Amino acid sequence: MDLTSLLPFEMPHPALLAAGVLEGTVLAAVLALTALGLSIVFGFMRVVNVAHGEFYMLGAVLAWFVTDLVSRTIGGPPWLAFGIALMVCPLTVAAIAALCDRMILKRLNYDPEATIVATIGILYILQQLALTFYGPDARPVQAPFDFRIQLPWFGYSGYKLIVVAASIVLMLIVWLVLTRTKIGIIMRATQYDRETAQAFGIPVDRVYAGVFALGAGLAAIGAVLIVPIQQAHYLMGGEPLLLAFIVVILGGLGSLRGTIVAAIFIGLSDGIISTLYEPTLAKILATLLVAMVLVFRPQGLFGTRAA
Amino acid sequence: MIRSIVLHIVVIAGLFLIESFLLEHYAYHHGNLARILVLATYAVGYNILFGYTGLLSLGHAMFFAAGMYGCALLIRIGEWSIAPAFFVGVLCALTLGLIVGFLALRTIGVGFMIVTLMFAQSIYLTALYYNEYTRGDEGFSIPQTVRSIGGIDLTDPTTRYFAALILFSICLLMSLALVQSKAGRVLIAIRENEDRTRMLGFNPFRYKLFALVISAGMAGAAGAAYAVLFGYAGATFASVQYSIFPLLWVLLGGPGTTLGPLLGTILMFYLVDLASGSIMPGLAALVENNFGIEAPGLASAYLLLVGLALVLLVLFAPKGLLGSVRERWVPWLP
Repeated sequence: MDLTSLLPFEMPHPALLAAGVLEGTVLAAVLALTALGLSIVFGFMRVVNVAHGEFYMLGAVLAWFVTDLVSRTIGGPPWLAFGIALMVCPLTVAAIAALCDRMILKRLNYDPEATIVATIGILYILQQLALTFYGPDARPVQAPFDFRIQLPWFGYSGYKLIVVAASIVLMLIVWLVLTRTKIGIIMRATQYDRETAQAFGIPVDRVYAGVFALGAGLAAIGAVLIVPIQQAHYLMGGEPLLLAFIVVILGGLGSLRGTIVAAIFIGLSDGIISTLYEPTLAKILATLLVAMVLVFRPQGLFGTRAA
Repeated sequence: MIRSIVLHIVVIAGLFLIESFLLEHYAYHHGNLARILVLATYAVGYNILFGYTGLLSLGHAMFFAAGMYGCALLIRIGEWSIAPAFFVGVLCALTLGLIVGFLALRTIGVGFMIVTLMFAQSIYLTALYYNEYTRGDEGFSIPQTVRSIGGIDLTDPTTRYFAALILFSICLLMSLALVQSKAGRVLIAIRENEDRTRMLGFNPFRYKLFALVISAGMAGAAGAAYAVLFGYAGATFASVQYSIFPLLWVLLGGPGTTLGPLLGTILMFYLVDLASGSIMPGLAALVENNFGIEAPGLASAYLLLVGLALVLLVLFAPKGLLGSVRERWVPWLP
């Protein structure tokens, strides 16, 4: 007797399962970068950045503009245009974020409620500016490489695996900067005691602007990496924002290690579930889970620090 | 006390008297005002929680949607008549408020905002998931023939206007009575300093839960009334945007003022209406003809003004219009 017939659901075909795991890994990699940005901003500044998804969207939309411009003026192979976009877009987004910090968040003294309202405002402004100049259409960006890796069941885009590798490298770099360099010490000193840090000559204002820019820049890098797989659209920021929120809360607000663990968990399960089953149901359960975690375990499932 | 009651009666009487004039000369604004009064009811409810109790919810659309769907689904599927369906709708919102309150009020500050946001998001997704009944984002309409109470046709513009006005007036006067009562003073005390209020012997959790349930009930009543009066229910009303709108209306009009929500809703409604109808398309035409900048979506980017309004309000006028009026000129304004 075939035991799988006793399961309450149909056992998926191994090829489909493998596809789900691969898609989930790509999603987890990009999600980890985006969520890390949100987590850093909350951890160091205690600011819940509702506009985080729009920085992600901005990264993707700018990547379209840059690659389009490069291929029309300079020409050259697709990796050249993509490489330039990968350099220029995150820096531009980071600069916009630093500007938002200076012009808006700093003036609110980083008051938690006021900054949430303000970042909701920034969300609409960025999103509508993207609609204004980019328009309502979704547009593709050409992948820098075009090779497929042959698996037993199907060929798989080699670019997607490069996305995963690039995310891992980037996260390692962020981790090293935060834990092993002087910049990291300055950031943690500012987080620990803002006034004392200032008394020791740390330019607290610049640290805050830098942290906010770093958070937005990470989201933008994730978006540039994903845009050859997913088209750029002005409303694409909502989904990663929600997922990043879920990840950051499950991982424990401000805990970087927890954020990465939770990103892998949520990314993989979302990838597998939405390849095989009903994605809406999975999202309902995930959002309810997040609410319950915040209510009953505000330090997160993996974190130890109180939120 | 007397002054503020007179002020509210005058405002309600003004809205009553303006009806026939509007219907005769400005039918468009007549229809708008009926809609604004329903949405302002939602804002009055939001203000009790945000303005007076100091709890910023980012998920009030779930209460609006609970009222709307509780009422509209009973009419559509259960074939109930309007009046009992309306009350069940309000009851749904009150129950949801009680459940969400019990859970969410265990958190404070940013935690409360995110928990309410997440609960609302799961309600929104649930509305999409049961597409079969709710028809998702597309929504469904309630046929004109069933939209009447005891032979009174609610689709008639004048009846609809007065129905909206009655609902709004009840909620406005309730909020006035609440904030001038002892319980209302405790809510304000919690907003100003929760620990001190607890030391004075009050139980802040109980008062906050009370404020949240009342607030949810008014949001639900507005949602149910919207379904009945305008004959439509859709998942858009459960989306994040409809949780942001009451925050925006109350911030603009003045959080913690009884009349602020009405003023904020009127101004914002017309700002968005003008923006989507003429300001943004006009701007787009201007840019296209004079500057040669490519702006393909400018004509439809009216939400840009919503974003700007939020940022400017929180930066330069956190007390809102009536809050500033009270601070400068009319200290007795409730």
